[in-house]
Amino acid sequence: MSGVRVLVGTRKGAFILTSDGERAEWQVDGPHFGGWEVYHVAGSPADPDRLYASQSTSWFGQLVQRSDDGGRTWHQVDHDFGYEGGAGEHLWYDGTPKPWEFTRIWHLEPSPSDPDTVYAGAQDAALYRSTDGGASWQELTALRKHTSGPGWQPGAGGLCLHTIILDPRDPARIFTAISAAGAFRSDDHGQSWRPINRGLRSAGIPDPEAEVGHCVHRIAQHPARPEVLFMQKHWDVMRSDDAGDSWREISGDLPSDFGFPIAVHPHEPETIYVVPIHSDSEHYPPEGKLRVYRSRSGGDEWEALTDGLPQRDCYVNVLRDAMAVDSLDDAGIYFGTTGGQVYASADSGEHWAPIVRDLPPVYSVEVQTLR
Amino acid sequence: MTTVRVKLPTHLRRLAKVDGEIELAAGDLPTQRTLIDALEQRYPMLRGTVRDTATGKRRAYVRFFACETDLSHDSPDEPLPAPVTSGAEPFLIVGAMAGG
Repeated sequence: MSGVRVLVGTRKGAFILTSDGERAEWQVDGPHFGGWEVYHVAGSPADPDRLYASQSTSWFGQLVQRSDDGGRTWHQVDHDFGYEGGAGEHLWYDGTPKPWEFTRIWHLEPSPSDPDTVYAGAQDAALYRSTDGGASWQELTALRKHTSGPGWQPGAGGLCLHTIILDPRDPARIFTAISAAGAFRSDDHGQSWRPINRGLRSAGIPDPEAEVGHCVHRIAQHPARPEVLFMQKHWDVMRSDDAGDSWREISGDLPSDFGFPIAVHPHEPETIYVVPIHSDSEHYPPEGKLRVYRSRSGGDEWEALTDGLPQRDCYVNVLRDAMAVDSLDDAGIYFGTTGGQVYASADSGEHWAPIVRDLPPVYSVEVQTLR
Repeated sequence: MTTVRVKLPTHLRRLAKVDGEIELAAGDLPTQRTLIDALEQRYPMLRGTVRDTATGKRRAYVRFFACETDLSHDSPDEPLPAPVTSGAEPFLIVGAMAGG
């Protein structure tokens, strides 16, 4: 019997939502780590019972939890995320140099093939890897030490490394994205990196087409077409057909091309989803209508998906890590809001219903398909 | 070796899996530094939660109280108050009052 497990990180703990393949009846388990901010919970594709959770507060700092039984029990693993070889400096908001300072782990990305290997993206921007199930972490320093690093400046949410994509066909290839430095790619297991921002245009920086400095919000990839990347930028939805070497805008007829998450349909590599948000200062949906927009043509032409979503007086946001898909035959699409709702569609977005309505503000949503 | 009574905030008690006060052997002349050293040695899961692992400094939203006095800004190498080292008073590690 197939089923799904939805891993939800919130401002005050983690929740695990489970259902069978029908995705009609849900069990809500949590909060785990109540009172702590959980930026991300992620499961290993190689062992669905292996989960990792990023747990932090402003009071007591960063911890990492691991479960070996699908989230029933957890134990703390290492949380020493130092900056190897010295912190160095990046630019602060006022344009002065500021030493790198660790704040939290935004994103955990388990290896597709090894449950004990997991990557972690930090604020201030750094990439870490553990190959022993979280017992120890090593920084992949080449990214932070890229020659452009001293010029990186944080976005409003901090200098966070929020996207990590491990290429499913080429184990040496890693994509990352940093706000507001941009997107980077390594083709040698993280030993060297290069910016992949050609074609991005950002009005909020002195040179709109600069090599770095773009506020990338999220990048998504379909595993069958790893050279195709989709990006939700601070403004603009973008597409690359050459693994990030060049980008073109696909915002098309969206009501707003500002937003945070972007996701790809599990079985249709040209079907993508975004949640338009009114503007960078008004972090809520246009017209108070919560609409997921879907393109079945790889961008440019979009349709609103509204059935089951509030179409008046809705002023929530959907954050960058808070949208995910399952891989059942009739694809499930999921997202969580800053209002504490987690919505699910079991038919590729045609119809939506809340799994749960009143969680703390949702930071992240991941989905495991259990078979 | 002097034993010091320590009260942890709720979240750290949960992490350390302890109830109520704990007692720590904090050296012959206990200071904040020797006390937190002892805390981290006994409860490794708390490493980094009271003071930053990179800088060794008290985390900004953590406070140290004892004898109805805020010791947070004392030198980490200053001896703890006599009522704390005698066991008459506990050393309080407190999450600062802050919204969120």
